[in-house]
This record gives sequence, structure tokens and C-alpha cells, in this order.
Amino acid sequence: MDHDQQQESAHTPAKRREMTRRQFLSYTLGGAGAFMVGGTILPMIRFAIDPLLAEKQEGEFVKVIEASKVTSEPQPVEFEVFTVDGWHESKRKMRAFVARGDDGRIYALSPVCKHLGCTVDWATHDPNEFFCPCHGARYTRDGEVLAVARGPLDEYEVKEENGWVYLGSLKPNSRV
Amino acid sequence: MFKAIYNWIDERLDITPMWRDIADHEVPEHVNPAHHFSAFVYCFGGLTFFFTVIQILSGMFLTMYYVPDIQNAYYSVDYLQHQVAFGGIVRGLHHWGASLVIVMMFLHALRVFFTGSYKHPREMNWVVGMLLFFVMLGLGFTGYLLPWDNKAYFATKVGIEIASTIPWIGDDIKMLLQGGDTPGAVTLARFFAIHVFFLPGALLTLLAVHFYMIRKQGISGPL
Repeated sequence: MDHDQQQESAHTPAKRREMTRRQFLSYTLGGAGAFMVGGTILPMIRFAIDPLLAEKQEGEFVKVIEASKVTSEPQPVEFEVFTVDGWHESKRKMRAFVARGDDGRIYALSPVCKHLGCTVDWATHDPNEFFCPCHGARYTRDGEVLAVARGPLDEYEVKEENGWVYLGSLKPNSRV
Repeated sequence: MFKAIYNWIDERLDITPMWRDIADHEVPEHVNPAHHFSAFVYCFGGLTFFFTVIQILSGMFLTMYYVPDIQNAYYSVDYLQHQVAFGGIVRGLHHWGASLVIVMMFLHALRVFFTGSYKHPREMNWVVGMLLFFVMLGLGFTGYLLPWDNKAYFATKVGIEIASTIPWIGDDIKMLLQGGDTPGAVTLARFFAIHVFFLPGALLTLLAVHFYMIRKQGISGPL
């Protein structure tokens, strides 16, 4: 028995534009199906993109060098920062080049090349430049880019306390 | 717009017949719960497949955070369960789904048995169904070890000991499962490999055969 035809003939006298039974059922079925699929998939997607939405870790200041030992010549300092990487907690080894600028203020540059993330070193190529061995990027004493990379070296937050230099989190270069 | 995209593809690849082959088929009255409510027993196969899909999806997402290593497995599970948003839900889906898929499969097998649907000409599909059953049990057994907590460890130890009581080949099976003299680092790595690569591969292959045969032979007639 064709139910649709039966319905069709029974409803013809009505002038109102009614939703057919078939339409109603397919909307109901589609809605319920979408709800079930969504309820299953959405938590998984939120689960997968969690790193994107997680709050950034606040950097702590770490004591690295006596202020009196900082000269105009950038010198490498090594320090450790406590980091939580998923389920893995560790002291991550960090490196910075600390120097005193012409204005007398101490600054610290990140050695991470702004081209593609290799590590730059001071005065290996030219006595007055940072040089990256990967693709030959070069930077001035203040971290200003001279070749290859698209921006200046990042800078650490610097704090001076009781004659010691403390480094905090990274920020964009403020000197160039 | 979707219609336009569909037509564009259909015009080139003629996908409508394929789609019809898959989705457009007769559901006999005796298996339709809308006609006879008791026909809901015919839903258990579909429900097994539904839960299998959830297992595959939630499992894929879980491997984004899980590592199969004895130092980190437990901590990675603890992290994804308690630190990652909806971790409890995604892991819960996999945890409860694992039990439900076995239950649904068992009910499906009971229905096939009591309606006599396994008889000629569907004997081969019963055999494939039984193989699927053992693959599912294997998935349950190997998955149980992965959180690497005490329950997982000793359940697997017991399971391997049981397997080792098989006459003649028991010790070899034990060695094959364990990969070493004790359940440990190698065991976890190979259970992970079996759980996410080997058994799902076998499962999908057998499922394809299972579905092809039911479509080819049709649903068995009314009692």
C-alpha cells in the first residue's frame, strides 16, 4: 500500500501549505541523526584541538649572570627553565646572548634564528655579527637582520636585581 | 549548492548508481521494527557496526595523546584523561564502547542462531562472523594492556598465562605475545601494534566480506 498517495488524496482539500509527513519524518530523522553524530564527533574534535586553546605557560625569571660581568660584547649564557610538555616535565636548557647596549641598558637576545629556527652564534663569521650556519642569516649586535631572515632576533625580558641579571619570557625585539 | 556540486561530480563520474547500490535496498517487512516491534532483534548487527565506527573514531583521536612506552604510557593516559578537554569523554567512549561492541555482537550472534539464519546458503557468513568475533576479542585483550596500570598489567599477565597452557605450542604463543621473558616494554609495543594496525586491518577486511555477502545473499526470510 502506498502511504504517500493515500496522504496526498486525503489532504488535497486543505489550502494551507502543510509539511508533508515525509518531510516531517526526514527532518526529524535528519535532526536526530545530526544530533547523534555531532554529540559523538564534537567532543573528539575539541579533544584534538586542545593544544590550540590551552593557556600559555607564564614564564618565570631566571638568574643568569652578574650585571657587572656584562659588557658591550654579547656573551652566551645558559640557564634552565622548568617546562611542562604534556605529561613530560623537565628543565629545558635555554641559551641567550647578554650584552650592554650603547644606552647602558642590559639586553638579552634569543639565539633562535628568525629564518627557520636554527641556532645563531656570535662572531663566528664576522666579529661584529650573529651568524646562522644553516642558511647564512646575519644579524647585528642588537639583533637587527642583515641577510636572509625576515625579522630581528627575539629578545628576553630582562630584570636587574641585587647586581644580578634575570631573564624572563621572550618578546619581539624592541631595540631595532 | 550541494546539489550543484553533486551534479557536477555525478555528471563526470556517474556516482548515482554506486550510491544506489549501497543505500537503496529493500528492507523486508519481517525485519522492520515499524511493522513488528519484535524485529528490533535484527538491529544488533547494525548496532555492532555503529559501535565499531565509534571505536575506530575515538581510538584514532586517543592515539593523538597516547604513547606505547612503559615509562610514559600511564602518564600519557592520565594526561589525556584529566588535562585535555573532553579527554574523559573520548576515553569513556572507547572504554564503554569496547564492552558494548562485544555485547551487541553477542546479541547479533544469538539472533542469527535462533532465527537459523546461519543455514544454507549463508554458512560462510557465519564463519566470517565468528572470525570477526575472535578479532574483536583480540582487540579487547590487546587494548586492555595499553593504559599500563596494575589492572592492565596483571590482566594481561593472566591472559598470557592462560594462552601458555595450550598443549605443545603454549610456550611459543606466550613468547610470541610477550616478546620477552616477562610482560614488559616489548609486550606493550607489540600489543599496541596489534591493537591499532593488525587487528583493525583484519577487522575491516572481514567486515567488508561480511557486508558483501549479506548484500549478495539478502536477509534471511521470516520464521
